[in-house]
Order: sequence, then C-alpha cells, then structure tokens
Amino acid sequence: MKYEIEKLPEIARRVRYNTLYMITKAGSGHPGGSLSAVDIMVALYFNIMRYKVEDPYWEDRDRFILSKGHACPALYAIFYELGIVKKDELDTLRKPGSRLQGHPDIKKLPWAEFSSGSLGQGLSFAVGVALAGKIDKKDYYTYVLIGDGESQEGQVWEAAMSARKFKLDHLIGITDRNGLQIDGDTESVMPLDPLADKWRAFGWNVIEIDGHDYSQIISAIERAKENEGSPTMIVAHTIKGKGVSFMENMVDFHGKAPSLKEWESAMVELGGGSIG
Amino acid sequence: MRDVYGETLLELGKLYPNLVVLDADVSKSTKTIGFAKAFPDRFFDVGIAEANLMGISAGVASTGKIVFASTFAVFASGRVYDQVRQSIAYPNRNVKIVATHSGVTAGEDGAMHQAFEDIALMRSIPNMRVIVPSDGIETKKVIKKVAELPGPFYVRLARPATPVIFDESYEFELGKGRVLREGKHGVIIACGIMTYIALESAEFLLKDGIDIGVVSMSSIKPIDTNLISELSQRYDYIFSCEDHNIIGGLGSAIAEVLPPTKARLIRIGINDEFGDSGKFEELLKFYRLDPLSVTEKIRKVMLDDRV
Repeated sequence: MKYEIEKLPEIARRVRYNTLYMITKAGSGHPGGSLSAVDIMVALYFNIMRYKVEDPYWEDRDRFILSKGHACPALYAIFYELGIVKKDELDTLRKPGSRLQGHPDIKKLPWAEFSSGSLGQGLSFAVGVALAGKIDKKDYYTYVLIGDGESQEGQVWEAAMSARKFKLDHLIGITDRNGLQIDGDTESVMPLDPLADKWRAFGWNVIEIDGHDYSQIISAIERAKENEGSPTMIVAHTIKGKGVSFMENMVDFHGKAPSLKEWESAMVELGGGSIG
Repeated sequence: MRDVYGETLLELGKLYPNLVVLDADVSKSTKTIGFAKAFPDRFFDVGIAEANLMGISAGVASTGKIVFASTFAVFASGRVYDQVRQSIAYPNRNVKIVATHSGVTAGEDGAMHQAFEDIALMRSIPNMRVIVPSDGIETKKVIKKVAELPGPFYVRLARPATPVIFDESYEFELGKGRVLREGKHGVIIACGIMTYIALESAEFLLKDGIDIGVVSMSSIKPIDTNLISELSQRYDYIFSCEDHNIIGGLGSAIAEVLPPTKARLIRIGINDEFGDSGKFEELLKFYRLDPLSVTEKIRKVMLDDRV
C-alpha cells in the first residue's frame, strides 16, 4: 500500500484517535507504548510494505511482527483503516470472544502475523520467517517492532546473534526507543544504553532516527534495504504517549486507560473522529 | 532411539523438500547431524540458545514448512516452556519438538540433565500432543507420523538403544495404545523405556502365579480413553509405569480418564524427586524402576491385597 508521505500524518491522527477510543472503551490497555509506535507502523503499512489485505497468507507478502504485543490497539486501529477490523469491533477490545484480544491472536486475526505478548519472542520468530525466506529465495522483508524495555529480555540477544550468523539482510528490526517502562525510565530500571552500540557489537547495521519523522523512517528503511549481508536495527527515538499532551512521557500511561474526562480532552487534541 | 531418529530424518528430508531441522549445539548427540550433512541448506544450528531455537522454529514453520527442533528433553521442555507455549502451541505452529536424553537415560550427567517433569509440562499445553515411543521401530513410525500430521508435537526419546518390541509391520496410530501381552490378574500400562521393563516384569511375575498384561501407551496426549476404559472393566489392577515423575505423567493422564470402576490404579515412576548421577541401568535400580523392582512392587500390591 503506497500513500504519499504527506498523507501519513492524517492517517496517524485517526489511528491515534481510534487507539485511544478502543482503550478508553475497554477500560484497560497500554496507551503510552501504542501511541509511541503509531508513526512507525503507519509508515510501514501505508507507504513501505507490500501486502494484500484480502489475502493475509499471500506467501510473498512483507511481514510485520509486533513483538511488543501490548501496543496492539495501534495495530487494530491500522487494521480498521484497512477494512480488516469493522467499526463495531472497535467497541470489543479486550472482551471475551473478540478478535481484538488484549494481545494479538493470529488464530482470530491472521493479519497480525504473530501472537505476541510474552516479551522477547518476536525477534526469534522474525529470524525464522526471514530464514525461511532465504531458503526459498523469496524477496519479502520481515519487519519486527520491539520495545526498548523488551530488549532487557535475554532471548532478544540470542536472536540478535542468530540473525547475524544467518546473514539475514531482509530482516529489519525497529526499536521503539521511548525510554519508559512500567517501573520507570529504562535507564534506572535496567540500563540499555548505549543501545545502538549494543546492536552494532552484535554485527547489525544500525540506523538511529526520530521515530515520529516520516521522512526519516522511510529513508532509514530504504537504507536498510540497500544493506547486504547483515540485518538492520533502526533505533527509533520516540515519545511515549505521543500525540496527547498529558500522556507524553508519562510513565503512568504505560498500562492505564484514560478516564472518560481524559478521553474527552484527548479527543480534542487528536482533532476528533468519526466515532466515540 | 536417537540413531533411528537421525536415520528417519534423512529419509524424511528426501521425501519432504520443505522439511527443516534445527538444533541447539547438540546435533551429534541428538543425531540430527546426519540431516545436517545431507541437507546443509535446510539445517540450522542456533548454538546454546534454546529459547531462540523454539522461536526460530515457529517462524520457519509459519511459512509452510515442517520443522523438527531437537535438543535434550530437559532443555526442550522446562527451559523453554514459555516459548513453546506462546510461539508454538498457541498459534498451533507445525513444529515437532524431538527431545532426546529423556528421564533417567540422561545418566551420568545427573539431575540437571534429567527431565522427570517434561511430559507433565508439555501435556498441559493446549494443542500440544505428547508421544513417548517404546522402541526403535516405534520411534521411526512416530517420527514419520508426526511429520505427516500438522501442528505441534513433543516426542520424548531415550538416549540408549532399547530392546526391540515391535516388528516392522507395526503402524503407530495417534491416540491408540497397543496391547502387547494379555493377562488375567492385572495390566501394566507403560511408555518409553519402561515398556520393555514392564514386559520383563510380567515374565517374572508368572513365577508367582501372577499373570499380568502389558499395554504400550506411547500416545500420552491424546490418550486412548477407550482402551483404558476397557482395561478398567477387565482388570482390578492397573499399574502405570514411566521414567517420569508420578505427578503429571502417564499415570496422571490415565487417572484423568479412568472411569469409576473397581479397578485400582497404582502409579510406578519417579516419586516426586530430582535425578542423580549414574549409568542408566544403575539409575533404574536406584529409582526402583528396574525389572526386578517393578516386579517386586506389583507382587507386593497384589499379594497384600489377597490376604
């Protein structure tokens, strides 16, 4: 799907609006890390990736793996834009039987690619997907979005080693470097910096960008595609809660739904929408 | 059993061009090395990183491939319980975990390498099927069958070669036990290496006038509920026999489906303990799972009851 870069901010605005709408309606969820990842995901789905909405199993599709599964409301809001999720489903987030589970369930929603939620597992899965593509000489790209806090999981680094060993240059990782996790800022909970150097030391091609700047996101992906023989990690510096002033950089909104009053002011900031 | 696994993988590699094998630095021991040499572009060693082994396996399987992932049972189960649960079983990925060096057969390496809990762990995960073959021939048939059937499996193999029980005409059926020996007074339901030990024990018991049947129950999940129901109507004594903790293993699986008849179930296995170092045969004696100890245990139960 290819939209002009100028169109992306408006799509992202609607995605942010619907993300918060769903979380407010559900009364629980993870607004902060959903909002920080919106621009990266919008760039991928509406400018960069090759896929067919009507065929989630198309074998030549580019894959997007949301390893930080708690950001799934943003993914569902994108699926709503694509017509995969229906309007009335936006009211069913985190409800029994809904396709919009608290963490993605590919049996209900195969477009999600990976049932994530137990942190640290998405990169290994992505390595497997990219490895299979290499065996079959396919040209698809495997994108995986991991959280910065998630990178404290040891399995991430097992996967990092293996992606380099297998020379997976069609694997493109993106770290949502928003700097916050449930217990506080990442550097006090368990320091990650120098994060980009860590990936370099593991033999990855590393690019650092502003994860809310569309031209930077798109050009980083283009550079990643030019790179041969090693995987790429894009460390995207983001703002947790991006787009809603009172949520930005507020650790409390990692895993707390907005109150109705908060939702009303967020609605205004996000310029309203067709629902809610 | 391991050698048979290695040979069968080679055969399957020719049959299925989409079959991929992964190992975590133990390919010489799990015998996946033969496949690695024959099909180097379809074999991947991920090093000492079992969590990653399971995650990559799930990813490769997501593209329509049949994936065999192997390491020792202790690392293929407990160490990666969450990866197996989340990345493989929940999305129902086509990954066959073939775990070697199971139970006491890990031998001299001791408790740290002996999984007595793996059947319990894997059995409790939805979508996961658990098979414990009783000899080399059954191992071959099981490996072929799990390659054919979609979805995840946990296959538990012993380290040493074990006596032959089945002949080449045997066909493994998922969810079916096999009566190996008819008896009058009771029946032993066994799996894995304990099957031949059960057969030897049955011979010994004849000397005391106890005629006991033996059933091989390699398919622990799904289990043969019908056969267990029939056995419970025919016999007053059912002995389960496994080199696994009596909590959560074969004995527990039988208990879960045992109908309310007068049949008494006695679970023979590891009595909620960790392992110890020793040769496999020494450990069988140490845990009272050798043929003489099993015979003695069964005789005691049946004779005590008779008084």
